[in-house]
Amino acid sequence: MTNKHTLSVLVENKPGVLARVSGLFSRRSFNIDSLAVGETENPDVSRITIVVNADSSPLEQVTKQLNKLVNVLKIVELDPVQSVQRELLLVKVRADRAQRGQVLETVELFRARVIDVAPDTLTIEATGNPDKLDALLRDLEPYGIKEMVQSGLVAIGRGSRSITTGPALRAA
Amino acid sequence: MTRPTPETLAHRVTPATVAAAVNTAPVATAPVATTGAGALVRSLEALGVEVVFGIPGGTILPAYDPLFDSKVRHILVRHEQGAGHAATGYAQATGKVGVCMATSGPGATNLVTAIADAYMDSVPIVAITGQVSRSAIGTDAFQEADIQGITLPITKHNFLVQTPEELPRVLAEAFHLAATGRPGPVLVDIPKDVQQSQTTFAWPPTLDLPGYRPTLHPHGKQIREAARLIATARRPVLYVGGGVLKAGATEGLRKLAELTGIPVVTTLMALGAFPDSHPQHLGMPGMHGTVPAVYALQKSDLLITLGARFDDRVTGRLDSFAPDAKVVHADIDPAEIGKNRHADVPIVGDARHVIDELIAAVSATAGGVEQYTAWWNTLNELRERYPLGYEEPTDGTLAPQYVIERIGELVGPDAIYCAGVGQHQMWASQFIRYEKPGSWLNSGGAGTMGYAVPAAMGAKVGRPDTPVWAIDGDGCFQMTNQELATCALEGIPVKIAVINNGNLGMVRQWQTLFYDGRYSNTELGTHKHRIPDFVKLAEALGCVGLRCESKADVDKVIKQAMEINDAPVVIDFTVGKDAMVWPMVAAGTSNDEIMFARDVRPTFDEDDL
Repeated sequence: MTNKHTLSVLVENKPGVLARVSGLFSRRSFNIDSLAVGETENPDVSRITIVVNADSSPLEQVTKQLNKLVNVLKIVELDPVQSVQRELLLVKVRADRAQRGQVLETVELFRARVIDVAPDTLTIEATGNPDKLDALLRDLEPYGIKEMVQSGLVAIGRGSRSITTGPALRAA
Repeated sequence: MTRPTPETLAHRVTPATVAAAVNTAPVATAPVATTGAGALVRSLEALGVEVVFGIPGGTILPAYDPLFDSKVRHILVRHEQGAGHAATGYAQATGKVGVCMATSGPGATNLVTAIADAYMDSVPIVAITGQVSRSAIGTDAFQEADIQGITLPITKHNFLVQTPEELPRVLAEAFHLAATGRPGPVLVDIPKDVQQSQTTFAWPPTLDLPGYRPTLHPHGKQIREAARLIATARRPVLYVGGGVLKAGATEGLRKLAELTGIPVVTTLMALGAFPDSHPQHLGMPGMHGTVPAVYALQKSDLLITLGARFDDRVTGRLDSFAPDAKVVHADIDPAEIGKNRHADVPIVGDARHVIDELIAAVSATAGGVEQYTAWWNTLNELRERYPLGYEEPTDGTLAPQYVIERIGELVGPDAIYCAGVGQHQMWASQFIRYEKPGSWLNSGGAGTMGYAVPAAMGAKVGRPDTPVWAIDGDGCFQMTNQELATCALEGIPVKIAVINNGNLGMVRQWQTLFYDGRYSNTELGTHKHRIPDFVKLAEALGCVGLRCESKADVDKVIKQAMEINDAPVVIDFTVGKDAMVWPMVAAGTSNDEIMFARDVRPTFDEDDL
């Protein structure tokens, strides 16, 4: 059983806020599995999606510490079932003429896309939840992965309610 | 902020109106043209700042020009660390926001220790630093340091000002953040060209802090739950921390304690929150706390924790701390609740509101004092058996505890006592009786040696009619005594009692107890070689220097110092080096292992409970 939690942190879109948030994690010795940040529908607000690996008690502490940051507006934990979670993967796989057909079959199977072709490699783009991308990578590994890059996880709640109107995570 | 048109400016701004605005504290002002530096100084005036401790330098120079004409007093310190601790001492003594100022680079980094100290003890100070011009930031320019980055983990919040227009708002936000909620230090870093640029100043600005909403009022349900636990507890303790002092909740605390009859312990940061002379006061808990206070926490079945944070110096080994106690934990900072110890009843709120509401709730459920009779019997017996005390040195040297005790007796409870860090600090916490809030200042969380002299200076500036005594060690004193020159020149007559044992006493004590008496690098030579000679040093710094080496002279010298009020006084109390601070819970051990004296463990009769 994993202790991964996905936190959506709404922050003021100001210089240095990301450093405040990420610095807090290392300072209080919490580990970040992944982090993604971008503007929201309101340009004054950025949204940081953080995946942390922590038991419930340290998670409560990290949430409280985050809430203390003056630039943090709201924190919501996204339930994996009640939300859609996606990562982006770009991967360069060895694929000469002999292997290309098999690689393309895998690409098809995972509903990934080929975005660049070279005589001996294919570059593949895939989005999905971390489990799906792990599975894709496992299938591609035998051909030889020359290079890969992954985004942090982004997540959004299912249904019509938005994070800005729903209840915040305020432990204790 | 609405920007005035050139036409409106033309008839509003004249040298006379500018001068008038500079010399009066504007509650609300129409926009006037000025520089960023002018806006900074006007903002400080509008915020009611009385005094700034600082040192000018290249990048903060523009600010010092309008400050020259301002009614805000600037006290030129000798080292920026002194400015920071002075701001802290001022804030702790007055409850107002203390202000310090420094230039960029080393000026700013010299403030770091004082800022970290204020952060650990939740003291409201605002540090204003110059920064290199915007175009030079990030180029390793002369005297450039990323002070915003450096102070990120040791400030409640910090700002790098980007435009002169935002200065009034940023300063108002800085003061608001420093003083409200859980107080703390805020740093405002201002590039030189921002200070030099033309802008318009108007007051008041609108604060823009959408993510800052401290919870002041506790949840009624939690208060009722706390009252319910109090009504059924048999061995409750009011565990009181510095938050009660900061909230100005000491009268409420007394009411609550007397209403319930529950014993009170006050942490190092809370001394003075509950009178030492009160019969319900068991003293200070923790590493050098009293046996009854430590025991009361250990054996308690209900800790009513008010503005305290289960610091390791109080709990000892956490997993054996107060094993049978349920915990009511009230703090204004939600992150403190459950951080170290699980709270059965978490209460987020300002201590004053929490205590007032607890009084109302407890009155309604009225348990009655008699339910604690057995508890009090046990505690009173411990008080009799294990009072605070010390042994007279057998080698004929002066006992440091005696010196401190006599200062407390002769100077009395109306003064401010300000300690450095180490043995003398612990003895000052033990042997001076604190009766009033704001009478004890020290560096509790950070344990900053060198805090006492500059903090005493700041306290005396804030409360000039109150006698201010620093109890310092010979190690601490050598770290920041340069501020005595500031005190002498600025007319700040503090008293400094140097408890001079010739050693880094607390470290030496640990070497005695845990390192087989191998005294590695703790001997300072202030006895053996009299280097420095503190009397001569005091005189060189414009102070009166006195020395006391025998028990017979202690009262006489203290009284002599008390009579001097036109200059700072330094007393070199030459004391024995072997005195130790007792009781003691060794670091990392359980509070159950408390030592009353060396090799003396108190015996607790479990049948008493």
